[in-house]
Amino acid sequence: AALKRRVRFQVSAALKEGHVTPTELCQRCLSLIKSTKFLNAYITVAEETALKQAEESEKRYRRGHPLGVLDGIPIAVKDNFNTAGIETTCASNMLKGYISPYNATAVQKLLDQGAVLLGKTNLDEFAMGSGSTDGVFGPVRNPWSYSRQYKEKFVPKSHSQDEKSNWVITGGSSGGSAAAVSSFTCFAALGSDTGGSTRNPAAHCGVVGLKPTYGLISRHGLIPLVNSMDVPGILTRCVDDAAVVLGSLAGHDPKDSTTIQDDFKPFELPNVADVSKLSIGIPKVTFKSCQQLWTGTAADLFKNAGAKVIEVSLPHTCYSIVCYHVLCTAEVASNMARFDGLEYGHRSDMNKSTESMYAATRREGFNDVVRGRILSGNYFLLKQNYENYFIKAQKVRRLIANDFVKVFRSGVDILLTPTTLCDAVPYMEFIKEDNRTRSAQDDILTQAANMAGLPAINVPTALSERGLPIGLQFIGRSFQEKQLLTVAKWFEKQVKFPMIQLEEVKRHDHDAFQHQKSASFS
Amino acid sequence: QKVTVEVLDHLEHLALVDFRDAEGVERLQKAIQFADQLRDVNTDGVEPMDSVLEDRCLYLRDDDVTEGNCTNELLKNAREKVEEYFVAPPGNIPLPKLEERETILQSS
Repeated sequence: AALKRRVRFQVSAALKEGHVTPTELCQRCLSLIKSTKFLNAYITVAEETALKQAEESEKRYRRGHPLGVLDGIPIAVKDNFNTAGIETTCASNMLKGYISPYNATAVQKLLDQGAVLLGKTNLDEFAMGSGSTDGVFGPVRNPWSYSRQYKEKFVPKSHSQDEKSNWVITGGSSGGSAAAVSSFTCFAALGSDTGGSTRNPAAHCGVVGLKPTYGLISRHGLIPLVNSMDVPGILTRCVDDAAVVLGSLAGHDPKDSTTIQDDFKPFELPNVADVSKLSIGIPKVTFKSCQQLWTGTAADLFKNAGAKVIEVSLPHTCYSIVCYHVLCTAEVASNMARFDGLEYGHRSDMNKSTESMYAATRREGFNDVVRGRILSGNYFLLKQNYENYFIKAQKVRRLIANDFVKVFRSGVDILLTPTTLCDAVPYMEFIKEDNRTRSAQDDILTQAANMAGLPAINVPTALSERGLPIGLQFIGRSFQEKQLLTVAKWFEKQVKFPMIQLEEVKRHDHDAFQHQKSASFS
Repeated sequence: QKVTVEVLDHLEHLALVDFRDAEGVERLQKAIQFADQLRDVNTDGVEPMDSVLEDRCLYLRDDDVTEGNCTNELLKNAREKVEEYFVAPPGNIPLPKLEERETILQSS
């Protein structure tokens, strides 16, 4: 079967044994990116530098000294991470043409391991959104829209509707990264997660999306949205891969004072796990989710394996969206203040005064969503509102975080919830509601983990009635990624999520592999 | 209660971002309404939380210069510069008053 469809782990073995070279792998991925351009997953493709990196990797393999498991592995990075020498736009006019002078720590760490950076992926402007539809480079299309599984189930609502115009969204805001991994153009991608931005598109695109504990991975170089909640996110096709990438990224960074100083020990996940000693908590929910059925099925899987499954109460989680709304806009108001046209980014021609230049630059550079959040944030931070909105939200945040502490203290090891309310909606339907409404709906199951700083992961579980991916979310204790991923891997093995059947990839593989000996990797 | 024009004007000054149109103002109204739901939560005796890492010590590093000398790199991304300076328009001119500014708020 196709080499690309293999998980990274297996590709590493292939690279080591010389069955494929880093440059071949890189070229194939670049070529696949070209043939899946309609997905609009990439904003910038760094073809030249990627090939150079691949060549360097190849030299190392020939000498028998690869840097590690990630050496030669093609990856993609969300376009809100700084990448030296490569344009970083955050999908905004404000940063069009901005060439980063440095690498974000997370990016640097991956490059230091020999990973090959293929390009920067598309997102909602400044990571504000849950659809990857509000960036200046246009929306990202979910690869599953073009899958045999979706096409088979597609029932047009009117005779003017056809599959081509009914493509579904990736979810967001790391939609480009999720689509890139899902369509096999790379083996792993970096996303960011502030309210669910890695897990949400992971669920919709049928890939693994890990949100690490706040403080585990450096945010240095990740253009900030909400400093107290942002984390770099990891998107891969299987849980093992996520563990490997986590191993390369986690750890103290002197350049990010919000990273903890504890030693981080990279870990390998056991192939066989004993879940019978676990206690799985399922939070009571008051809203309807199409995924409710799957949570029940998952609960049964755990029960049958001997685990204890209980219903738990997180009474303040229902306020996490409102709380997030205030804290996020407040931090955004502060973080976006740096964009004034003076040192980098877009600068207006207006030059009557500093203030009018700043105002015009920001008028021209930001979209409605960003402007709206800045203005709301400033409102909540006004002297007359500070106590009733900002401080109040910070108090509610503590209540939400405490709910989790109580549940984990009562003996629950892992929480299980659906990741999203429903499967991916068609783009035409998604844009009928505004960004804030959508974000409020879509983040409802994921946001609380950011509020409390907890690690959480989306595991692709099954296909919906429409043939689209459904994911379930596991939330763990702070800094207990090993336990979280062990459970996630066990679950992944039980559900055996189907592989996406994409014509583009099939055609591609056929051409590329016509003369290739088929090697069996298991 | 509706947000007054004075407050809207004040926000445009603070944020240096304009509401652009009636929809922008409406967006703010909805955002405030949405946030008002926080009132329903009883937070008596609860301390505000700044960071989930509040139980850990913020640490200092040694006051040693470990990097720098990247003036050229940093200037590369600026549009207006002269030698080693970023160039800004005159700074002691306040943003025009509501009546003189191009803003949707005038019609309110």
